[in-house]
Amino acid sequence: MNKGQKVNIEKEKCKSCGYCIHFCNKGNLSLSKAVNTRGYLYIEFNDKENKCNSCALCALMCPEAAIEVYKEEKK
Amino acid sequence: MKAVYTKPISLTETANSYCPGCGHGLVHRLVAEVIDELGVRERTIGIAPVGCAVFAYDYFNFDVTEAPHGRPPAVATAIKRCLPDRIVFTYQGDGDLASIGTNEIIHAANRGENITVIFINNAVYGMTGGQMAPTTLEGMKTTTTTKGRDVKVAGHPLRVSELLSSIEGAVYIERVTVIDPANVIKAKKAIKKAFQNQIDKKGFSFVEVLSPCPINWGLKPLDALKFIKEKMMEYFKLGVIKDSTNSKESK
Repeated sequence: MNKGQKVNIEKEKCKSCGYCIHFCNKGNLSLSKAVNTRGYLYIEFNDKENKCNSCALCALMCPEAAIEVYKEEKK
Repeated sequence: MKAVYTKPISLTETANSYCPGCGHGLVHRLVAEVIDELGVRERTIGIAPVGCAVFAYDYFNFDVTEAPHGRPPAVATAIKRCLPDRIVFTYQGDGDLASIGTNEIIHAANRGENITVIFINNAVYGMTGGQMAPTTLEGMKTTTTTKGRDVKVAGHPLRVSELLSSIEGAVYIERVTVIDPANVIKAKKAIKKAFQNQIDKKGFSFVEVLSPCPINWGLKPLDALKFIKEKMMEYFKLGVIKDSTNSKESK
């Protein structure tokens, strides 16, 4: 579901394998400090400098299909 | 906001039971994306193996049956022959396909059954706790080869794709991996071709995926990807091993 963010992560599905963090060219993804209900640290998306270009490499490498990627539409 | 990537409809909402960094989840996703793109979800039947992927029926949002211990090719044969309009594929690991069910896969290929086989090669028995598989690399430590695989005792790792390539009935065989985005895209292309061959009635298509098993290899997920790149890909060469889809008349 789109919540207005470019990258949405379903935190309950995440198992913190770290593939998305490794393959994100912009360094926008990081591990959380809290755990999800299954006991895993999950991935958080933080695009403070607005560097994300919706390349979707994170979603491409996610074994849990927990990442959805959106792009701003051109006006 | 325009969607760039969303979860394929052919996957259910169920969170999978695979370990962190496991390649099964990735390949499930690729299969689901391909089924979505080909628009055949309503008439697809998958056959799950014994092993970690035994619960595949919980994760795929289409019909999946279960045939343990290497028998999926036999069950796929029956389903495809009774219901020729369905898209039938088996999803098998190396313990299931290369060891317990070697016989089944060889004869299904030899009969040239018009099915698709997705073969996950992670060089180890995953579900049972990391024992040696036929595909385990020389010198690789597993719970049954604690000093590393000794080829004098256990033989050399089995290259199933090359083995099957000598069979006339197999029309398309490719080995791919899922260690980085470029290879994931290639893997998806190979899987799509394997399904398209079936739709075009070309015959037996086989895709081997070198897949990480971080837990049983005793490595962190990213180190497991490195292990595939440095060790597995040296022995199991990537690429199209056989493709006679253009020369072969459709059955």
